[in-house]
Amino acid sequence: MSEMHQESTGSGDSIDLSQFYQIFFEEAGENLDLMEQMLLNLKLEEADDEELNGIFRCAHSVKGGAATFGFADVAELTHQMESLLDKLRRHELQPNSQMVDVLLESADASRGLLARHQAGGTGESPPTADLVHRISVLASGGSLAPSQAPAVVQVAQSISSQKELPMPSSSMSMAIEKPSVQGLRSLEIRIGPLDKPEQADAVLELFRDIAGLGKIVASASDQEDVRVFAVETTSSNDDLLDLFEFHVSRALVSIQVAKDSGTSAPAGYGFFDVPDTHVEPVSYADDPPPGAPLAPLPGFGIFDGSPGAPVARDAEGSAQASALSGTKVTPATAGAKAVVPAAQAEAATIRVAISKVDQLINLVGELVITQAMLAQNSRALDPAVYQQMLVGLADLDRNTRDLQESVMSIRMIPMSIVFSRFPRMLRDLAGKLGKKVEFVTQGEATELDKGLVEKITDPLTHLVRNSCDHGIEMPADRLAAGKPEIGTITLSAAHQGGSIVIEVRDDGRGMSREKILSKARERGLDVSDQMTDSEVWQLIFAPGFSTADVVTDVSGRGVGMDVVKRNITALNGTVEIDSAEGFGMKVSVRLPLTLAIMDGMSVGIGNEVYLLPLSSVIESFQVDESAVNTVGQGAQLVKVREEYMPVIEMEKLFQVPRFNSDKCNGIMVVIEADGSRVALLVDELLGQQQVVVKNLESNYRKVPNVSGATILGDGKVALILDTAALVRRSRH
Amino acid sequence: MTRILAVDDSPSMRKMVAFTLSGAGYQVVEAVDGLDAYEKAVGQTFDLVLTDQNMPRLDGLGLTRKLREHPQFKTVPILMLTTESSDLMKQAGRAAGATGWLVKPFDPTRLLEVIKKVIC
Repeated sequence: MSEMHQESTGSGDSIDLSQFYQIFFEEAGENLDLMEQMLLNLKLEEADDEELNGIFRCAHSVKGGAATFGFADVAELTHQMESLLDKLRRHELQPNSQMVDVLLESADASRGLLARHQAGGTGESPPTADLVHRISVLASGGSLAPSQAPAVVQVAQSISSQKELPMPSSSMSMAIEKPSVQGLRSLEIRIGPLDKPEQADAVLELFRDIAGLGKIVASASDQEDVRVFAVETTSSNDDLLDLFEFHVSRALVSIQVAKDSGTSAPAGYGFFDVPDTHVEPVSYADDPPPGAPLAPLPGFGIFDGSPGAPVARDAEGSAQASALSGTKVTPATAGAKAVVPAAQAEAATIRVAISKVDQLINLVGELVITQAMLAQNSRALDPAVYQQMLVGLADLDRNTRDLQESVMSIRMIPMSIVFSRFPRMLRDLAGKLGKKVEFVTQGEATELDKGLVEKITDPLTHLVRNSCDHGIEMPADRLAAGKPEIGTITLSAAHQGGSIVIEVRDDGRGMSREKILSKARERGLDVSDQMTDSEVWQLIFAPGFSTADVVTDVSGRGVGMDVVKRNITALNGTVEIDSAEGFGMKVSVRLPLTLAIMDGMSVGIGNEVYLLPLSSVIESFQVDESAVNTVGQGAQLVKVREEYMPVIEMEKLFQVPRFNSDKCNGIMVVIEADGSRVALLVDELLGQQQVVVKNLESNYRKVPNVSGATILGDGKVALILDTAALVRRSRH
Repeated sequence: MTRILAVDDSPSMRKMVAFTLSGAGYQVVEAVDGLDAYEKAVGQTFDLVLTDQNMPRLDGLGLTRKLREHPQFKTVPILMLTTESSDLMKQAGRAAGATGWLVKPFDPTRLLEVIKKVIC
């Protein structure tokens, strides 16, 4: 009979669960992220059922998957979280911040455990015993007090000894494969007398749900109102009692060492065994046939007489099959029969290697260049004769642009990816500092190149930390200053022309001009009282500059702002600060949308073509020689609308040979970078075009005043000017 | 060919179930929650519905009740996959019209065994 079963299930029972691991890891990660987000948004006093249910469902899903795929440690931890959340959603307990804290920590720990499994079980496994204990204390209605520390240690010991479960195997036999654990004890647990003996059956579920708790090997009862379980476990009596307390009163439970500890059931039965108690939990037959021919497989049941229930059942087969279910199945290729998966909701996104996308972007870049070349060469053609071809070229032009835009958008990801990490960080930080902070985000949907997103995360983290640590005052100080007790930190992102502007604002104490100036003098920096505010604020970007009175472990060590500035400048971006003492501070970071394509203005110098990033071009004009003044050491200044600015003669700077002196017709292009402007003297303005930026350093070497190169429509290479470097140059 | 509607909001569980069943020669249609399942179920024939209990929008009990109201699904076996194996849950499942239940976690072998019992 059992063989028949085995054959009839065919290839289906030889399934390698590991093929689902990856999808489970991703799903669990998403669930944990979602849970964290919902926990952070949870209003403790007025938590609505929908939120609590949502949080519960996240933990529930992770637990279900972890248990199914054999990640016992994750299942254990999430099971605890789930039990606490279950009580919350049933309103048996009122959520409090201790619970949120411990659940957040547990979510982190679960991530750690999952990451370890994902890496093949290498690396330190984060300790979870303490968390498990804290959750169970909270779930039983207690609160966490320091005095409970010894209990934590005890639990940690008893549970950590079981941490060494084997890696998930391809079948659900994790409970069975457990190696002989040290300190395994056979116990007899007696629960009762109870009015409703079924209550005690919840204990069975504990043993089934909590991997590593031990197993129930037999159960019997001599009295109607008492349940007796024989249990093999490594947990201490206290731990067991703690757990049982969720279901039955502690006073009703007695634990004894089993008289005959040698009669433990042989391995081969897992947690699913439903003991032969006289409560039949599996069949709801109104009229159960004598002899119980329906004895079902452990862990499932069919309602007798329910719609769709089979008429005849094979009781013997099921009993034998249950023994089979514990046998280890060997991975084999499952028969690939016709599968018709339905359209799946999650198929809305695909994961692609970034190198493939970059390759695509490169190819489109080449296409753009070829197209530009064709466009340029076709200009000389007579439209009357080559009408067809010119129409085709115009179409090519349009399609190329559209293609380029679409391809570039693949790399664009919303800023919410970056923003989402801050609420948690700020919550922890504010808690540590004893401050009250509200975090507001704006423009999360603003998209930015993935490469930039990765690089901007650290500088932004630093800025947000600074705002919380140095900006926002302590609640009492805020009240004294007539401000609302809760400080606000706002993080916003918006597109502005070809750039994205990210702002970190706080309504804290702002910066003191005097303090910065005196600190700067202390450090021997060249400052004067006549400096404008924006120049003063720029001083904090000097290496090692900090005005923090107290160096905390959060920030204020004087490293950072210069690094922030350097990182952002390296991305072709700029940082601006605005501050009013007592009212707060605003740091604006302006970045190009992408590093791969740039809107450029091409200028001619001699016979060479150079490109300026359009985002830094302010204006261009033809200048009278009279407006240019030469000051000391041959430096030149030009007066534009009552404002003097330095002039850089590009021809001299790059030593471009000039054969035709007529070409010098005094055209100046004003560029802005780092908050200053300079006028570049060029020979001609050639036009505005989108160019594909090629890295010069990786193809050649670093060249001063040049940030990159591009290939023009006619196939010539043109250098892209480093505006920030040019502005810096003019200062010296 | 035996057609099974597999309902679970967790992609990994759904994939595991679908893979197991299709490997055993069943034709599987997946649904991501109760409402999705109901929409997919109506107008098609299924020999079995396997549903998770805890799902957004419409849970397993709700789906079972809805399906039982539909003439087409009066007698189609509905198995609930659940981690909640309390008696209360079972009573609720029975009252909703479920044919049986299977406790999670389960392994593919167990799943196939149980299905064999229901689909004769």
